[in-house]
Amino acid sequence: MAANETTEVATAPKKVFVQRDYTHGTECKYETTYPTQLEGVIARETFTDTVNKINELFERAEELGCPTYTEGCLSCMTGYLLYFCIETKYSKEMKQISLFIQRQNDEIYHPRGVHIVEPMLRGLRCIELVVYPAPNKPI
Amino acid sequence: MSKKRWQVFPGKNRFFCGGRIIMAKQINVFFVTLILLLGVCVLFFVFDCEYLSQKVHWLVPVIAGVLLAFTLLFLFRTSFSDPGILPRATGDEALFNDRGADNNVDLTQSSANFRNPPRTKDVQVNGETVKLKYCFTCKIFRPPRASHCSMCDNCIERFDHHCPWVGNCVGKRNYRYFYLMIVTITILCIYVLAFSIAHIVMLSREKENTLITAMSETPASVIEALIAFFAVWSVLGLAGFHSYLAGTNQTTNEEIKGSWAQRHGEVVRNPYTTNNCCGNFTKILCGPSYTSLLRLREDKNKEKRDMEEVKKKIEKLMFEQQNNSNSQGHWTNSQPHNGIPVDHTDLQTQLPRTPTPS
Ligand SMILES: [Zn+2]
Ligand SMILES: [Zn+2]
Repeated sequence: MAANETTEVATAPKKVFVQRDYTHGTECKYETTYPTQLEGVIARETFTDTVNKINELFERAEELGCPTYTEGCLSCMTGYLLYFCIETKYSKEMKQISLFIQRQNDEIYHPRGVHIVEPMLRGLRCIELVVYPAPNKPI
Repeated sequence: MSKKRWQVFPGKNRFFCGGRIIMAKQINVFFVTLILLLGVCVLFFVFDCEYLSQKVHWLVPVIAGVLLAFTLLFLFRTSFSDPGILPRATGDEALFNDRGADNNVDLTQSSANFRNPPRTKDVQVNGETVKLKYCFTCKIFRPPRASHCSMCDNCIERFDHHCPWVGNCVGKRNYRYFYLMIVTITILCIYVLAFSIAHIVMLSREKENTLITAMSETPASVIEALIAFFAVWSVLGLAGFHSYLAGTNQTTNEEIKGSWAQRHGEVVRNPYTTNNCCGNFTKILCGPSYTSLLRLREDKNKEKRDMEEVKKKIEKLMFEQQNNSNSQGHWTNSQPHNGIPVDHTDLQTQLPRTPTPS
């Protein structure tokens, strides 16, 4: 392979998409199968841990428990004017997910040349992983 | 100043208040709804309420006011909020979906190699097979229950229907407002109908008049009664229909298509229902209030800028790592680099990456 071709391939980051898992309904959940494209970049366990944790956080956000019901009933009784005064539980949890992904990126993924794109930026359809190519050896 | 995302939004929508309000393009019928609703209520407050509060109870106009306020609040919520629009896929995600949503496909190859990528995807939802269709406009495989609204040109999550009366789609994010609006408007309709008729009847009894003379004395009540009478059947029917749908966790779209009916002799069960009417109701009315996925008020270049920053950061990090490993000369597996703990479970993958010649 010619040298200039290698550099051209090296500049374009590879994308890996983790798709939604609908087996348990339409609640937001992502597939935990390890994409082979990440081999040699991110350990299998590291990847599954991250996705499992993201799934767990989404499950907590959509959980049908007392806090969600209370919030739903109260806001309904105020004609949803309450939404102008409080931040909803779901929105708070989304911020937590955002923070978690940021931390994972800073601590684990960025040093290995991978960036996790928040699923909120992709309509929750997928977790996009951008795999930056390793730099060429200096001559 | 650069544009916001709502200013470059690809769907056929209308925005107000700097992207805080989103509606369909066609909103004439919404104004008809508003005029009818407000018109009847204004007539009621002006021509009936004084008489009724004196002769019946002072609470009559108060209750009417509360009902109207709630109806309007729910109506505006339905009309002005994002119904659950799925943002269209862009860039590499669009390319990925367009080529069959398979991570093994090399996106850098030219499109000539992909003549017949799959346009449907089968997934299992609670044991039922659901077909996800590819949306050519949005470049996504539509999630279960999502559908593309041709009026607004958007894919809507848990699409119910496009409602011209509210001037918006009804979907995942505004179905509860829509349902509550229908219920309150039904109560309001019956309330106005009952009290306008009561007004006429009481007037006719009071002065030993005939009904006709009473009606000529208060023509406003007659108009209200007529409008309310014709409206009550449709809203009552709608309230009943949507109560049934909410109780069984179906959407109008699924009901019309007969998605969960018997087909070719085999019964397709609705995989989304909890098989408990009460559970379905609470889930729809008091479940989590999802945030919009559109980020309409965000700067349209913010995402691109952030990605460029990430790219720079990663390039810098990797350059530093490489220098470290070069200066040390001998890189050992167990050595944590840059203070990052090495995951001993999978040592092989923790090695600093070198470009692999293909
Ligand atoms: Zn679409
Ligand atoms: Zn629509």
